[in-house]
Amino acid sequence: MNRTERLGMMLVLAGLLLLLILLNTQTYTFNTKSAGEFIEDSTQLSFLQPEITKIKNSVFTSKVAFASAYKNAVDAANVNIEAAANAPEPSENNEEETDSLKNKEEQVVKKADKEEKDSVTEDAIQTAGKQEAKIDDNETGGIEEDYTTGFLVKAARGPLQEHTTTFLITVLGLFTLGSLLVTYGKYAGKPAGIKNNDLFKKPITTVKWPAVLVGLGLIAFYIILYWFPYLLSDWILLVTPIKNLFKNGPADENFLYGVIYSLAVLLLGIKMFIKYRHSSYQKIRTISVSFFQLSFAFIIPEILAYLKKPSVDLKNIWPLDYTFFYDSNINELLSNGKLGVFMLVWGIALLVVIVPLFTYFFGKRWYCSWVCGCGGLAETAGDPFRHLSSKKLVAWKAERIVIYSVLIISVGMTVTTLINYFSNGAVLGTATESFQKWYGFFIGSIFAGVIGTGLYPIMGSRVWCRFGCPLAAIFGIIQRYKSRFRITTNGGQCISCGNCSTSCEMGIDVRWYAQRQQNIVRSSCVGCGICAEVCPRGVLKLENGKTENRINNNPIIIGNDGIHVVQ
Amino acid sequence: MQHIVIIGNGISGITCARHIRKKTKDAITVISAESEHFYSRTALMYIYMGHMKYEHTKPYEDFFWSKNNIRLLKKRITKIDDEAKNIMADDGTVINFDKLIIATGSVTAMYNWPGQDLKGVSGLYNLQDLQKIEKETENIKQAVIIGGGLIGVELAEMLHTRHIAVTILVKDNYYWGNVLPEQDAKLIEKQLKKNGIKILYNTELKEIKADEAGKVKSILLNTGDEIKCEFVGITTGVKPNISFLKDSNLNTDKGILINEYFETNCKDIYAIGDCAQFANALPGRKAIEQVWYTGRMHGETLAQTIAGKRSPYTPGPWFNSAKFFDLEYQTYGDVPTIQKDTHKYFFWRHTHKDVAIGIYYNQADKTFMGINSYGIRMRHVFFDEFLKEKKTVQFILANLNSAIFDAEFSQNHIPDIIDAWNKDTGENVKKQQKTAKVFSFLKKFL
Repeated sequence: MNRTERLGMMLVLAGLLLLLILLNTQTYTFNTKSAGEFIEDSTQLSFLQPEITKIKNSVFTSKVAFASAYKNAVDAANVNIEAAANAPEPSENNEEETDSLKNKEEQVVKKADKEEKDSVTEDAIQTAGKQEAKIDDNETGGIEEDYTTGFLVKAARGPLQEHTTTFLITVLGLFTLGSLLVTYGKYAGKPAGIKNNDLFKKPITTVKWPAVLVGLGLIAFYIILYWFPYLLSDWILLVTPIKNLFKNGPADENFLYGVIYSLAVLLLGIKMFIKYRHSSYQKIRTISVSFFQLSFAFIIPEILAYLKKPSVDLKNIWPLDYTFFYDSNINELLSNGKLGVFMLVWGIALLVVIVPLFTYFFGKRWYCSWVCGCGGLAETAGDPFRHLSSKKLVAWKAERIVIYSVLIISVGMTVTTLINYFSNGAVLGTATESFQKWYGFFIGSIFAGVIGTGLYPIMGSRVWCRFGCPLAAIFGIIQRYKSRFRITTNGGQCISCGNCSTSCEMGIDVRWYAQRQQNIVRSSCVGCGICAEVCPRGVLKLENGKTENRINNNPIIIGNDGIHVVQ
Repeated sequence: MQHIVIIGNGISGITCARHIRKKTKDAITVISAESEHFYSRTALMYIYMGHMKYEHTKPYEDFFWSKNNIRLLKKRITKIDDEAKNIMADDGTVINFDKLIIATGSVTAMYNWPGQDLKGVSGLYNLQDLQKIEKETENIKQAVIIGGGLIGVELAEMLHTRHIAVTILVKDNYYWGNVLPEQDAKLIEKQLKKNGIKILYNTELKEIKADEAGKVKSILLNTGDEIKCEFVGITTGVKPNISFLKDSNLNTDKGILINEYFETNCKDIYAIGDCAQFANALPGRKAIEQVWYTGRMHGETLAQTIAGKRSPYTPGPWFNSAKFFDLEYQTYGDVPTIQKDTHKYFFWRHTHKDVAIGIYYNQADKTFMGINSYGIRMRHVFFDEFLKEKKTVQFILANLNSAIFDAEFSQNHIPDIIDAWNKDTGENVKKQQKTAKVFSFLKKFL
């Protein structure tokens, strides 16, 4: 590491440190007004307001204490709501029941409106779906949804709340400048080309303590983000000035995640671009993944939310987007006029027309390493860890069992969802809901998020894509059996050095094929092209071509004319 | 079932073992003094530079050998008894064989320089060399490399990544003078200079001097100059590793003498790879071929004979490749250092990028003889086919687009190359239409 790199690294670490400090600089005071921004149901509000008023003068220094005070307030309010609902007033009983039903219906409609505003990604829609389901079951009309995070953002008092924009610019500045300096120090003034020097000597890229620390940090981040987002309320406050640009409601944890994700893809995309500046394929591909993350995954859904339309990531495809066929999503799209219908048709067309067609012509790479958000992060932030994927045969065996299991489970989950949808819940009832919850928890959150990204510095950048992603599994089947894509091996030029296999993020033992002059036709190949880049002898080329002899087997490599295989 | 014993687990021995296993159920034993398992010696430089670790250079997982019933032994063989049909290791173990294949490769060629055995002097051929280099280049500032060839550049790149100042001594008046035409060598010189490597041409090593501790401190040149250095890399070539055979009945010269069936003078004993020397070299080929690819072909071919189908070695057109820092090189066919009067060397070089190709052809009938390509990856199958068919240089140029093996979206230099050819010769070789492919493709679907 030279001086510039070190300075850059220090700025990035300073940014991280500042972020951590910002989590502990605020006090939190209940703002009675803000309750109305979250709870639109007047009955609920009327029961909650007095409880909050009781504690509105308390100054909390910890988010946990605030959250527990809020929970107590809600519990108390709910007890009162229940008491009121069960109050025996026999003469007007019927009427009131009707009222309360009406009330509930209104409530559902209001919730749906709110979801539109809040939801940023498919995750948000999914969460909202769960909440809606809960409200339907809510017999007493109590407050079920957890608004702790929203309250906390509003309740913050302190330097961050007073100078939010200044802090935001400082944090973004530290990360941007730091990352650019690292890139500059690493590559400026040096000849372009493959320079993996010391990759297997640095602790961060060889699963030593710094790598474990980063991995644990990422895992902790995902666990907090998914299950305890209120602990990140200060960071949500921090990104509020960005959210305000879109004029579509308050920032939430999903928006925070979108900002962090896009920033990582962009800044480390620049690094990737410079690192492979000698290769047009890598440059164009990096621009592509950065573009799709910034526009399709981040900005367009925000604009859609501003326009009060379903805020959808239009490049997200079922079953990666496992909530696509959820009744909440279908209903939302169908209640949004022509645009909503278009989105529904588009989502289905992506799956049944574009996926097979594009994969036939270009292989799964058109999506996995050019468009996909998960791929985007893997191909930018994950690049320094690509060599950590296991190339062992057992890893390949495990990969096939696990990924196709996830595919089967995701299909099963969606089929039950649809049966439930078309039968109006008559066939499977609440079983579907628990199936969805289970899938969302284990596959959507733990596998794709916590493990998928948390294990970057331990198992490489494509853990989710290789072992988990059901969409990748579908792509893989098409790529293996019906595609023009392959990696061609250049005659007898392979020297079995192993650079290709080492750099494969999907754990393909590329050399196994290359040294036999066999084309590489593997369902998992995402076509990142790095194997071809690192090859010192010009042996590998990603190609789309005729399907005859795409999968070949050459017992004798060319260059040796003495031996012929008897056909 | 016979017992095949192979001494040497490099590319020749291992390829032979694998192909015998494909065809027979014979007992196979592979013996090596260097490593437990087969690894790719071409990747030694990447281990030093930290691109890979040793385990990544093993082309097969360790279970592969037992699964395929190939017995591996780590022993140093010191004696071969062709009459008793057994070999003996330095630990006294005696191993009987029905057929013996010697594939012991090379050792670094040293030319009896005073001081060549000092601490801080090493070749770069095997794992033990790498360990030695790793140890002796730790925290040093200055190194000298003797010999301007492939391994010389590799070693220079290795040391360069550790910020060690490198000077290369080259015997000829340009780089890799015994293989490349002079124009080609300029490209490699540029790569070396770009990376701050100093080159001294027409220079030879006279003596290596030691400090009090017996470690290298400087070298003396034939010019009388002295260069201070803490490490001396010897990359003047390799020679067959056959010193252990001096008491055997095998006929040797530089290497083990063999016929085109890899048969030695002793019955049931064969030699392949770097250590073998054809008693009569094949036309246009060297008697000793010290290249990864030829070692592999030797192994493939001999396996046929062992399996019962006696096959002579008949290699196809020559090919090779290398990488000089960031410059990739591929060659197909015959491109000699000095051109014959009847032949011509057409050389095109990009105005500022490190991209060039040289095409060697017969002036009379325009037969294409061979190509050197720098910075453009070329398809092996294309040249293998058209070299055998003795196509003309014009045919090759007109179809060169189909030979390109560069990554998608790479810049295509072929039109410039054809323009240069047409300008040079006054001919009118047509450029392959890029769109033609698209049209034919569309036609198929519309």
